[in-house]
Amino acid sequence: MNVRPGRIAVHIALILYTILALGPIVLILINAFKTRRAIFADPLGLPNGQTFTSIGFDRVFANADFGLYFFNSLTVTIVSLVLIVLIGAMAAWALTEYKFPGNTLIGLYLAIGIMVPIRLGSVSILRMMVELNLVNTLTALILVYVAQGLPLAILILGEFIQQIPKDLRDAARCDGVSEYRIFFSIILPLISPAIATVAVFTMVPVWNDLWFPLILAPGDGKQTITLGVQQFIGQYVTDWNAVLASLTLAIAPVLVLYLIFSRYLVRGLTAGAVK
Amino acid sequence: MTDLTATSVQRADAVPVRARFPVHIAVFLAPALAIYTLFSIYPLIDTIRLSLYAGDETGARSFVGLQNFQTLLGDPNWSGHFWNALRNNLIFFAIHMVVQNGIGLGLAMLLSLPRLAGGSVYRTLIFLPTMLSVVIIGFIWQLILNPLWGIAPSLLKAVGLGSLFGPWLGQESTALLTVSLISVWQFVGIPMMLIYAALLNIPDDLLDAATVDGAGPFSVFWFVRLPLILPTLGVVSILTFVANFNAFDLIYAVKGALAGPNFSTDILGTFFYRTFFGFQLQVGSPTMGAAVATAMLIIILIGVLIYLFGVQRRLQRHTF
Repeated sequence: MNVRPGRIAVHIALILYTILALGPIVLILINAFKTRRAIFADPLGLPNGQTFTSIGFDRVFANADFGLYFFNSLTVTIVSLVLIVLIGAMAAWALTEYKFPGNTLIGLYLAIGIMVPIRLGSVSILRMMVELNLVNTLTALILVYVAQGLPLAILILGEFIQQIPKDLRDAARCDGVSEYRIFFSIILPLISPAIATVAVFTMVPVWNDLWFPLILAPGDGKQTITLGVQQFIGQYVTDWNAVLASLTLAIAPVLVLYLIFSRYLVRGLTAGAVK
Repeated sequence: MTDLTATSVQRADAVPVRARFPVHIAVFLAPALAIYTLFSIYPLIDTIRLSLYAGDETGARSFVGLQNFQTLLGDPNWSGHFWNALRNNLIFFAIHMVVQNGIGLGLAMLLSLPRLAGGSVYRTLIFLPTMLSVVIIGFIWQLILNPLWGIAPSLLKAVGLGSLFGPWLGQESTALLTVSLISVWQFVGIPMMLIYAALLNIPDDLLDAATVDGAGPFSVFWFVRLPLILPTLGVVSILTFVANFNAFDLIYAVKGALAGPNFSTDILGTFFYRTFFGFQLQVGSPTMGAAVATAMLIIILIGVLIYLFGVQRRLQRHTF
């Protein structure tokens, strides 16, 4: 196979951009395991026998409850995702399957949330959470994230449900199966592939969000990992080992999950765009 | 006469259907509508309502009409900050439109070349920063650009540009541009993916036909591919717009709520946060915060309406 010079130029351009995209992240990861002296003397070098240290991580674990923050983030993200998929699929099913008056209107009403950021309602959301006694609880975050994620999830799941062959549900109806069982036993298992797509659009923003944790749950050990890192670094700005270690701890789980699931995530993103 | 029978038949048909179905439909729809209405739509409407009230020290609220907006736009203590934040936000958006979407388009073009080896590896790796938290990205770049660490100046020196380096995040003249470019660096993957997907959807026949007709690669891009992906570019633009006018995390992580130096990186999101929660000596005001949020809501709605009725319609007429 002939390699044209044009192709080589394309690869050089893409490789250079990939280095630009990954370089800063790699830089943080390698320096997190080096002594302070080595961080400054040779920032581009890999840690070796002389420069390796885990002092930053020791300090992070001694001074901040990262395990707890991580668990908080995990709880909020997973509960939100499960609720978004379940409740969203129910609504998407109702809107795509049944013809009833107000169908289009409800669809449009739900679509408002895709374009208008819920963040702008923060003043009232905080007031409401204070009245409900939900400040500094994970429940407050979950409720807000479910409300935030539903509109897009309903759109994506609706498109997916439309592709499920009509025969399946009609056959079930002929057998006298109730509408609830049709949904829970036939439709819900069939949409599991769409969950990856919904996850791209709902899980990542929830995991990474700073705004709502900062406003609704900034203390009491209810911080999410993003807020926890932000607060920790605010206190330990000058401790380079600790800062680099805390950044690494925040990056690592996302990195691992992304490299495992990237195929599904990337496919979900491009499929969502194609419609 | 036939019409009459037709409608009566339809009605007779429709009544039992309506009587039987709404229970299921209501049960399926109720949880989504309840949570969405309670925690998304109601707070937005309540925020607009609150923006028409003023609170005093005791916490009592009174209706003041549009007075908060007069303060926001007319009172020198407020208007200067508001217009400054709006202007910075427009610059922030313009930089994203040109640099982020420009690079995204370029990368998508390269990645959509037929039979490109390693395409999915490039896509996966270039998209990676998008998955990380804006806060983490902000801190990473803060360290890299920190003159103390010196990694940025030494890298620039290596390519012979050492003299260009300055404390970019700390200087009033360069801070906004630097913060914008950090955000561009992180989110370039989104336009890249969306445009890439659109380019893949163009049938090969069209491109082959153009090539057979004697069109060079440039003409094929300009006259065939670009017009066909215009609707996607419209979607990318409105997504960029809404995200940019709602941005907060990056500025807060890198520059704090005061968006320094001297408010040069202040955008509407940070201005909203300061107004709502207060900072230093100024006490936060929920009602003024609501007014700022309402102003942001109006700005975003104007953008969305321009897109829906101006851009999107025209694009669809041209391409389909």
